[in-house]
Amino acid sequence: MIAYVLRRLVYGFATVLGVLLFLFFLFFLYASPEDIARRAIGEKAPPAAIEQWIANHGYDRPLVWNPEDPTDSLLVEHFRRMLTFDFGRSDADDVPIRQRLAEGAGPSLALMVPLFLFELLVSVTLGLFVATFRETYIDRAGVAICVFAMSVSILLYIIGGQYLVGRVLNWFPVSGWDASPSVIARFLALPVIVGVLASFGEQVRFYRTVFVEETARDYVRTARAKGCGDARVMWRHVLPNAMIPILTQVVVAIPFLFTGSILLESFFGIPGLGSMTVDAIQGNDFATLRVMVFIGSLLFILAQIATDVLYTLADPRVRLE
Amino acid sequence: MEPHVLSNLITAALAILLAAALLRARRDPLWRGAGRELARRRPIAVSVVALYVLIAGLDSIAWVDGHAPGAKAESGTLQGQARSVIDRLFPADFQERSYSAPLATHELYGEEPLLHPGKHLLGTNMIGQDVLHLTLKGARVALVIGGLTSAIVIPLALLVGVSAGWVGGRLDDAVFFVMSTLASMPTLLLLIALIMALGTGTTQVCLALGITGWVGLARLVRAETFKIRELDYVQAARVLGTSELRIVWRHVVPNLMHLVLITFALLFSGLVLSEVMLSWLGIGIDGSWGRMIDQARSELSREPVIWWNLLASSTALFILILAVNQVADAVRDVLDPRTALEAL
Repeated sequence: MIAYVLRRLVYGFATVLGVLLFLFFLFFLYASPEDIARRAIGEKAPPAAIEQWIANHGYDRPLVWNPEDPTDSLLVEHFRRMLTFDFGRSDADDVPIRQRLAEGAGPSLALMVPLFLFELLVSVTLGLFVATFRETYIDRAGVAICVFAMSVSILLYIIGGQYLVGRVLNWFPVSGWDASPSVIARFLALPVIVGVLASFGEQVRFYRTVFVEETARDYVRTARAKGCGDARVMWRHVLPNAMIPILTQVVVAIPFLFTGSILLESFFGIPGLGSMTVDAIQGNDFATLRVMVFIGSLLFILAQIATDVLYTLADPRVRLE
Repeated sequence: MEPHVLSNLITAALAILLAAALLRARRDPLWRGAGRELARRRPIAVSVVALYVLIAGLDSIAWVDGHAPGAKAESGTLQGQARSVIDRLFPADFQERSYSAPLATHELYGEEPLLHPGKHLLGTNMIGQDVLHLTLKGARVALVIGGLTSAIVIPLALLVGVSAGWVGGRLDDAVFFVMSTLASMPTLLLLIALIMALGTGTTQVCLALGITGWVGLARLVRAETFKIRELDYVQAARVLGTSELRIVWRHVVPNLMHLVLITFALLFSGLVLSEVMLSWLGIGIDGSWGRMIDQARSELSREPVIWWNLLASSTALFILILAVNQVADAVRDVLDPRTALEAL
């Protein structure tokens, strides 16, 4: 298994290099530093100002190959910065991106961890519930509700939730942030509810399919034959056996705990990494955007390897060769 | 060529293609059975989707009024502008100066009388455009997003997936690496990065959606091609001396079409919803429902509340997505060999 994990890590590293190469192509070759400068300071900026901007942001080097010093080119610099987690400075306001990441990770985790746990609890429970009553009216109604919920855009949940809670009911503030944990809880309640509402349709439907497939197996019939009730069959027999697809869904969602939810954060004024991404879009801050994509894919690759290892824990039959 | 002429030509070409595909499907008993089953299972959803397609099609056919230049000088800005069939359902100068409520006779702020009192069924927006008109026009934008992106995704995924699965070896390794690299980047972030680099605009947004969207289908196609490659009928064709290209074209690709159709149906609603999110981030497509919803954000905090803009655009969006989701589920049930067997 160690050999397998090592091999996966090597392949994962190669994928990371691939991502970096892709980002270089996109943000240095396709959109050249000159384009980026124009976007930042305006289409009609004088050439001198553009050159000044390029020099100030350290883009005034050869793109790929520097004949005088092969280590001094944008390509080398791009890889070096990302792989040493240095990241450089923001294109918009010159703040070190690392500092931004450190500041934003906390609020993002504070939103995403409760959201993730609630979502998992709600969708697995509802999925089990609907699967218990498969092929009945409860099941059909459940699936219909799921499709209905899936068809509503997340924006509508956000706008609707804010309007209802903040303007009509006046329960708690619709957006904002504070340093003290007791206040944060009030600010987080609505985004968490909205997040669960926006995603439960798809999730419940997925888990239902998984559980219904499991209930057709022989061990379920055996469990019933020895006198297990519905609840016991579903929770003690079906749920552990359905662990593999559940794990796949869960672990792959972990990167987003850090990168945060772009929509929820910026809409509810949570100063996390999602808001940072939105600021980067609006401020044409390509440096920050590159870092966000890089971190997202790095975490995703690590999560995938972790999924494979967890498979062996969830199902002893799985052997990693 | 003028944009409306190009749009007319494309619409005509698509209409002919659609008719040809339907005619051909009617002759094939398998496809005919599937189509009949689809219409039997989801009659309402199928007709709703057809209605949206019709509206979008009518909105794509446009022409310019008046042959003599300067003949209608009084219509000012509208002179020489192409208007589609949908535009022609409304008067040419169907615009007010500012917000007005549905069926109102006066402006919302300022109590100025409207130019067309009581005629705006769903009110008007900030610059006085008729909301019903804009909502109908949004159908075309939504279908263009889904259609154009699919036109990028499906050929690309088929080409890459089939060649990787058929040739195998080094090519397959390379393709697999590219796919896992693209798939490792979080979708929304990748989408944003692509649009930031490519720039905004319909083509760019669809291209970005295509680049993020093709990997899933290519994976399915690759795996299925692996399976088909070993099947008896392919071996038989090979023994008969059929050329590789002909085997792929006649025996492999047709057996992948159900995957393509299922993925297309499932992909479509995701694409339209993605554009709504992009609009909200300020990098969407002009005239889309996403833009209207985005605008409505600030309107809800006004006094009195402006709800018609949000209601119209989000209802139109919701009905389309719901219908497409239902059709997609039915398409999968009918065409997927696994679920189709269960249904028997």
